[in-house]
Amino acid sequence: MMTEARMRTVDYNLYYGSFRALRDVTINIPVNRITAIIGPSGCGKSSLLRSFNRMNELIPIVRTTGEVFLDGENIFNKDVVELRKKVGMVFQRPNPFPKSVYDNVAYGPRIHGIRDRTRLAEIVESSLKSAALWDEVKDDLGKSGLALSGGQQQRLCIARALAIEPEVVLMDEPASALDPVATLKIEELMEKLKQKYTIVIVTHNMQQAARVSDFTAFMLTDEQRSGNMIEFGQTTDIFTNPVDSRTEDYISGRFG
Amino acid sequence: MNRLRLRKLRQTGAFSLLWFTGAFSVLIMLFVVGYVIMKGFAHLTPDFFTTPPRGGLSGEGGISSTIIATIYLVICTLIVATPLGIGAGVFLVEYADHLKSRIIKNFVALARFGVETLAGVPSIIFGLFGYALFVTAMHFGFSILSAALAGSCLVIPVIIRTTEEALKAVPDSYRQASLAMGASRWETIRKVVLPSAVTGISTGLILSAGRIVSETAIFYVTLGGSYRTPTSIMSSGRTMALHVYYLAMETRAFDKAMATGAVLVVLIIIINLVINVISRRLSAKTGS
Repeated sequence: MMTEARMRTVDYNLYYGSFRALRDVTINIPVNRITAIIGPSGCGKSSLLRSFNRMNELIPIVRTTGEVFLDGENIFNKDVVELRKKVGMVFQRPNPFPKSVYDNVAYGPRIHGIRDRTRLAEIVESSLKSAALWDEVKDDLGKSGLALSGGQQQRLCIARALAIEPEVVLMDEPASALDPVATLKIEELMEKLKQKYTIVIVTHNMQQAARVSDFTAFMLTDEQRSGNMIEFGQTTDIFTNPVDSRTEDYISGRFG
Repeated sequence: MNRLRLRKLRQTGAFSLLWFTGAFSVLIMLFVVGYVIMKGFAHLTPDFFTTPPRGGLSGEGGISSTIIATIYLVICTLIVATPLGIGAGVFLVEYADHLKSRIIKNFVALARFGVETLAGVPSIIFGLFGYALFVTAMHFGFSILSAALAGSCLVIPVIIRTTEEALKAVPDSYRQASLAMGASRWETIRKVVLPSAVTGISTGLILSAGRIVSETAIFYVTLGGSYRTPTSIMSSGRTMALHVYYLAMETRAFDKAMATGAVLVVLIIIINLVINVISRRLSAKTGS
């Protein structure tokens, strides 16, 4: 049933100073599938997501133990630039740069050394097409990314992340700041993207997890307020036939 | 009921007082600016701007060479102070907070304290320092160079502070997005953070230019006082503000001092207006 794992963590712990935010988390992220991480606020979903591209390291007091692998290689032995080239990220709030649509998408490829104009133009076009934004912006790529609507901005951010051709795309509640129509567009987009990319999405919205994901991980805090992985499995199983009673309680809305 | 009226009365009293103090400070400003401009305006002929001072007790001539010296000094000072000030500001905001070493953290705290302190040091102290180091010890003499170096010490804290403010106003989400794409910290600063902060940083530069234009004491002891047009970076010179001082204290041409003062005041008003326009544009941008 399980497909091959693109990324996995083994007994992974994360500390903010002396506070243990994640406890012994072990999870496999299947290739070219959408994996949703759900759980109540403060259960460590985002901390776990940010572990996959080592964004937690931006916080000086963060310390980790255990291992995280990408394609079987320990990511802590990789150069962080190499890692983030392969593991892209989309944030909770759309955060386009105050630059043109074109420059937003071309930012990553330029950073990674692509200078050729025609090559850049190709990447920008294909990324915007993949993010289902091309038709809306193709007439004015010089327009500021900030001038787009919220939903368009988020798709621009997805295009920006795709432009560096990652293997994995991490999405941290990508639709929580958007209206239902824009949310639907993002969800449809994710469905298309999983043919090429492995997607991990953190979401508060259980219906969203049920709608879009193939696999679901349920996290919960223990008595020490550390995040634990309670259950991981196919989304249909998690939502219809959970093994752990706590998962069932959460799914059925008894807490959280 | 009585108690309520008393409270309302107190409020009226307090507000009246606040109104008075507010109006008074505005009046003082209007009076000073108005007085200088009215007194000086009569002497503002085209000749006044195009002829150099001729020296002497009667203070003949115009202010052309002092305008040139002022511009020359502002440019030289900013050439020295801009990279140092912006560099230090970037270091403090973008790098220092992410360092883990305790020793370097203490060093950074000391540097921050230094910047705060320098911003409050009277300009004549920078002048004395400049006189001792640049004029005397390094043999630069009374020159644009000495004055620009001393002036840099004066404005670097200003530039550091405004740079810090401008960088802090850049949303952290920009940095995160850039870093998450595999950009290094430096690439993020150069390609995302600095371009977003450029309006704020330029406010600091204009503020510094205004400071150089209006300071006297520091340049009295580093620039000398020659009223000839400076021909090189080693020339002595006289800024407009210094010229006002010389005219007022060493000649009988008090009216000319007022005229020069009027030009200065107008210049400072223009500089402040430019800053206002820029910061309004800045807040409009970050507000959206």
